[in-house]
Amino acid sequence: MIIISNIHKSFGPKQVLKGVNLKIYDGESLVILGPSGCGKSVLLKHIIGLMKPDMGQVLIDGEDVTTFDQQKLDALRMRMGMLFQSAALFDSLNVEENVAFGLRRHTNLSNRAVHHIVSEKLEMVGLPGTNYLMPSELSGGMRKRVGLARAIAMEPEIILYDEPTTGLDPIMTSAIDELHLSLKERLGVTSIVVTHDLKSAYRVCDRIALHYGGQIVEIGTREEIINSPNPVVQQFIRGEAHGPMSLV
Amino acid sequence: MFLVNYIKGLVEALGSMTILFMQTIYWTINALKGGRFSPKNLFDQMSRIGVDSLSMVAITGFSTGAVLVVQIGYQFAQMGAQRYVGGVVSLAMARELAPILTSIVVAGRVGSAIAAEIGTMKITEQIDALETMATNPVDYLVVPRFWACTIMLFMLTIFTNVIGMIGGSLVAIHQIGLTLVAFKDSILHMLLIQDLMGGLFKATVFGAIIATIGCYKGFTTEGGAEGVGKSTTSAVVVSIMMILAVNYFLTVGINNFNTAYLQ
Ligand SMILES: Nc1ncnc2c1ncn2[C@@H]1O[C@H](COP(=O)(O)OP(=O)(O)OP(=O)(O)O)[C@@H](O)[C@H]1O
Ligand SMILES: [Mg+2]
Repeated sequence: MIIISNIHKSFGPKQVLKGVNLKIYDGESLVILGPSGCGKSVLLKHIIGLMKPDMGQVLIDGEDVTTFDQQKLDALRMRMGMLFQSAALFDSLNVEENVAFGLRRHTNLSNRAVHHIVSEKLEMVGLPGTNYLMPSELSGGMRKRVGLARAIAMEPEIILYDEPTTGLDPIMTSAIDELHLSLKERLGVTSIVVTHDLKSAYRVCDRIALHYGGQIVEIGTREEIINSPNPVVQQFIRGEAHGPMSLV
Repeated sequence: MFLVNYIKGLVEALGSMTILFMQTIYWTINALKGGRFSPKNLFDQMSRIGVDSLSMVAITGFSTGAVLVVQIGYQFAQMGAQRYVGGVVSLAMARELAPILTSIVVAGRVGSAIAAEIGTMKITEQIDALETMATNPVDYLVVPRFWACTIMLFMLTIFTNVIGMIGGSLVAIHQIGLTLVAFKDSILHMLLIQDLMGGLFKATVFGAIIATIGCYKGFTTEGGAEGVGKSTTSAVVVSIMMILAVNYFLTVGINNFNTAYLQ
C-alpha cells in the first residue's frame, strides 16, 4: 500500500503541493485528474523519490521513501516503473536499447532472452519491428509507447503513468488502456495514472482523485465522482470554462 | 554585497565539482570491484574524443612548433647558438605549450560537447529516467567520460609534441638552415624524460578538469534549450580558467619535485 501523507512542496516562492493526502491500495488503479500545472507530475516524482518533499511522508509498505538512502531507493525502484510525460527516451540509444536498459543493467539474461522480451513488450504497445529505430525517428505517440514498453520491461509491481495516452489516436488509446488492464489482472500491478483523457480514466480506474490547488479535493469511484455534489468536480469533468475552478 | 554573493557562488560550485570528482572515483572503484566496468563504453567515448579533436590538435601543434622555431631560430642563429634551437623549442613544447594548447582545444571541442549532451539529458528528464531505473547518473554517464577524457589528453599531448617537432624541424631545415641531424641531436641532448613526463602529467590533470566541469555544467543545466547553450559556453570558459590557474601550481609542484628527487 502507498500512503501519501500531508506532502508539501514549493519551488522558490511558488507553492505547488499544499498538503496532499492519498492512499493507494495494492492492485488498485488510481487515476489522478487535475488542471494543467497543478502539480500532478511533481506528485508522481515524489512517489518514486525523484523529488523530496519540504514536509510530509510517502509510505510504501510502511516505509518512508523520503528518508531512504540511495541503496534502498534503488531497491524500491527495481519494483517500480515510470512512464514520463515527455517519454524521456535516451536519445543516444535505439528503441531496443531503451527498452532493454533495465534488463541489461540489472539482470544476467542472455542477449537472445533480452531481445525476446523487448520484442514482446514492443508488440504489447503496438510497435512490433521498431527495435532498431532511433528515438528521433519516432512520432510523439510512438515515443510515448516506447516509454511505456520500457516502464513495463522489468515487470514492476507498481507503475506510475504520466499521461500514457496523450497524443494517441482513439483506437490506440483504447489499446493502451486494455494493456493497462491486462497488466493489472495478469500481474496484479498497482498503478497511478495521471491523465487528461476522461474516457480513458473511466475505463482504467478503480478510483479517481481530483488534484486541485495543491490538494486532493475529491476521491472516489467513477460513479462517486460523476455524481459528486462538489461544484469543482462537476466543472472539471464537464470541462466548463466558467465555474468555481480558476484557470490560473 | 555583489562580490560576497559572487565569491559564495564560486566556492559552492568548486565544492560541488569536488564532490562530483570524488563520486566519480567512488563509482570507478565500485565498477571495477563489481566487474561492471565496461571497456566498450570507455573506448566509445575515447574514440569520440579522438575524432572530435584530432584535426584541431594536429593543426595547433604543427603551427606552434613551426612558429616557435621561426621566433627562436633567427635570434639564436645570430648569436651562433643554432645547436640549442631544437632543444629549447622541444622543452617549451613538452613542458608548457603542448599540454596547455591541447587542453584548451579539447575543452572547446569535448568539454562543451559533454556539457551539451548531459544538459540536454537533464532538461528532457533523461537523467530522471536513469534514476528511476536504479542507475546512478555518475556511474553511467560521468565515469566513462571522465576516464576517456583523462586518457585521451595524455595521448593527444604526446601527439601534439610529436607533430610540433615535425613542424619545427621543417622550418629549421628550410628557413634556418639547420640539418635534421643537428636539430634532432639538440632535442636529444636537452630534452629530459622528466620534462616530457611533467607535461603529460599536467595534461592528464587537465583532462580530469575538463570532464568534471563539463559533466557538472551538464547536471546543473536548467531552463530549456537556452540553458543548454549557457552551460555549454560556461563549461568551456570555466575549464580554461581552471586549467590556467591549476597550471601554475602544477608547474611549481613539478619543479620542486624535480629538484628534490631527480637532480
Ligand atoms: N523542477 C522544477 N522547478 C521549478 N518549478 C517546477 C519544477 N517542476 C515543476 N515545477 C512547477 O510546478 C508546477 C506543477 O508542475 P507539474 O509538471 O507537476 O504540473 P502538471 O500538473 O503535471 O501539469 P500538466 O498537466 O500540464 O502536465 C508548475 O507550475 C511548474 O512550473
Ligand atoms: Mg504533468
